Amino acid sequence: MSAGLQPHAGSAARLWRNTDARRLFGCVVGALVVAVITGPSGSASSPTSGVTGSLFRPRVLVFVALGLALWAVMTFRRRFGEVIRRTNDRVVTAPRQLLANRWNRYVVYLAVFAFAIWYPTILSGYWQEVLVDQVGVFVLLALGLNVVVGYAGLLDLGYIAFYAIGAYSAAYWTGALPIHPPMHLNPFWAIPFAVLAAMLAGVVLGAPTLRLRGDYLAIVTLGFGEIIQIVATNLTGVTGGSQGVIGIPHFSFHAGALKYVWHVKALPYYYLLLVFVVIALAAFRSLERSRIGRCWAAIREDEVAAEASGINVLKYKVMAFSIGASTSGFAGILTASKIGFIEPGDFTVQLSILILVLVVFGGMGSLLGAAMGAAVLQWLPQFLRVHPLFGFQPQDLFIYLGALLVVMMIFRPAGIVPSRRRRSEIGLAEHGVGTADAMSAAGGPVA
Amino acid sequence: MSATALSATATAQADAIIVVDHVTLRFGGVTSLLDVSLVQGRHEILSVIGPNGAGKTSLFNCVTGVYVPQVGSITFRPENAHPVAVVGRKPHRVNRLGIARTFQSSRLFNALTAFENVKVGVESRFHTGPLGAMLHVPRARHEERRGNDRTRELLEFVGLRDRADEVASGLPYGDRRRLEIARALGTSPELLLLDEPAAGANPAEKAELSSLIERVRSEIGITVLLIEHDMGVVMSLADRIVVLNFGEVIAEGTPSQVQRDPAVVEAYLGTVDENGHEPPAGGSDHRVVAPTPPEASAQSGDDRPSSEER
Repeated sequence: MSAGLQPHAGSAARLWRNTDARRLFGCVVGALVVAVITGPSGSASSPTSGVTGSLFRPRVLVFVALGLALWAVMTFRRRFGEVIRRTNDRVVTAPRQLLANRWNRYVVYLAVFAFAIWYPTILSGYWQEVLVDQVGVFVLLALGLNVVVGYAGLLDLGYIAFYAIGAYSAAYWTGALPIHPPMHLNPFWAIPFAVLAAMLAGVVLGAPTLRLRGDYLAIVTLGFGEIIQIVATNLTGVTGGSQGVIGIPHFSFHAGALKYVWHVKALPYYYLLLVFVVIALAAFRSLERSRIGRCWAAIREDEVAAEASGINVLKYKVMAFSIGASTSGFAGILTASKIGFIEPGDFTVQLSILILVLVVFGGMGSLLGAAMGAAVLQWLPQFLRVHPLFGFQPQDLFIYLGALLVVMMIFRPAGIVPSRRRRSEIGLAEHGVGTADAMSAAGGPVA
Repeated sequence: MSATALSATATAQADAIIVVDHVTLRFGGVTSLLDVSLVQGRHEILSVIGPNGAGKTSLFNCVTGVYVPQVGSITFRPENAHPVAVVGRKPHRVNRLGIARTFQSSRLFNALTAFENVKVGVESRFHTGPLGAMLHVPRARHEERRGNDRTRELLEFVGLRDRADEVASGLPYGDRRRLEIARALGTSPELLLLDEPAAGANPAEKAELSSLIERVRSEIGITVLLIEHDMGVVMSLADRIVVLNFGEVIAEGTPSQVQRDPAVVEAYLGTVDENGHEPPAGGSDHRVVAPTPPEASAQSGDDRPSSEER
């Protein structure tokens, strides 16, 4: 079947020239490698058990089947292109048209909102926790990063730093840090301070660095993320060091006769999050369709032309950056207050990249995409943890995420729910007219 | 022509819109512009021509704030009560002053529709901030309406009304050029700089562009500074021509004066020099108009290697 098994060199070479056969070989080998990587590990007494335990168990069949499925998709994609497009139309375009009507849209929004209110009440405590810690917070984070990456086109790899700043600000204002604030606040009233701190951090980092473009900005933000984490680890006298901070109180709300305390249970936090997610969705949607959103799109498309059209590029970049930062900061406070404990290890670069993956997977520049990407990718691993299909092991999550992203980039580069603008951008890039070309057209002008 | 004579013209020109005064621009050891001076009157169509690498686009980049010349000054509205120095201002600030431009290879916002492209230009003058936009305050709604009206007007003016909702990258060449002009007009300029608007256009598109540029002046009253290689377009549009060669002004005058200027003929067609270099083929005709200037055939209209993407 595969070239390697052919005894005769001539026919093997002939087979190797066949693209389908070569691809089949690659898929099967890839599947076996993944099976070994994700399988049991060997030990000193039986070093080969990692390989034999992976390859000579029934679970290897699952991987081979997946490899064959991938091969089939790649091979028959062209032949079934029409079918795929029609399915795509039915799945994406038809709902879009349905939602074009304003009243239909309101009805759908209302139904989704009602579902979001009702559904968690029937879940068990564990799933309610997952819904807040893993899904809700990350939906908010993804929405914020979507403004930075999706709207303004700024690659921010240190996004989690603002989450850390939000969390540590909450700890500071509630008096949980070794250094004490002028007055102790309840985390609920610390929200504006912490959001402001994250926003300011965004401006302070953004104003000097957003003059950089593309890769340079990514590296600077990556460095910033590291700095924040290292400072949190080493500045023991201020941040509590690597031990972390304990005793951040839960939210509570006292205003006259109104009194409400968020306790250990997840559900009240869920509703608070839901309120903020809805506010973020509405606000960012308005922004995207406004003058501001068009400025961002213009900057993303062609910075030089945007500048020549009278747009203060730096101002709008810093704006996007600080809006993203404050969203991230809010998510930080909420986590800090709910869990009551934060440590520098919560704010790793890996988390920044994970959020970026959520946004890219969902669809950069698309609110619904970013939210859905976060919800699906954060919920799925938890689901698999409880119901381990195919011998899924949680520590392998990033292997699957990486593979998923590769497959996505091949078949649906604009994400699961692509934004209209991004889709045409990617279409352009594929035809060689995209942004990349506009910036460095052969023999093109200087601007 | 001596620089002092030019300064004299500057003061003599009662209604000048822009004065470029002894501008020198260097990139390391390469001198892109050397002591360039020019004056443009209000409502005048002035054309800058010159062989490849003469420094035309560098001059534009100085006037629009992209490059900062080492020597010299550029003054916008010198006759105004408050003349403004252009040098040292950021490109978007220069645009706010009322100097808009287009680019040599059109730089549209490709993924945006034609309508949105123009609207970005129009809206750069508006004031709605992020909070106003989020909350749909009355001013935001008012500006939105005003922006839509103005955008529609401009698309109508350049003849792209029917293509308003098409994505910019899908537009044919001539339409892209006109869309770029509409976007620049959206920023309500007093002075419009067009960098080779007709480059690569077919004869019909050239005629359309010429008439559009003429209408920009006559109907909206905007002064146009034009870099153009197509001599047909230049001769029909320009009131006055400035010729650059190797970063220096070598001639200035009406189209007919410039055509006869021996220095211009030499710059374009070359002479047999001591090294025995032949003039380019077709150089026997001693009028600038006749053969296509050498660089018109070359794809690259770039100025200098050092002036590549910053």
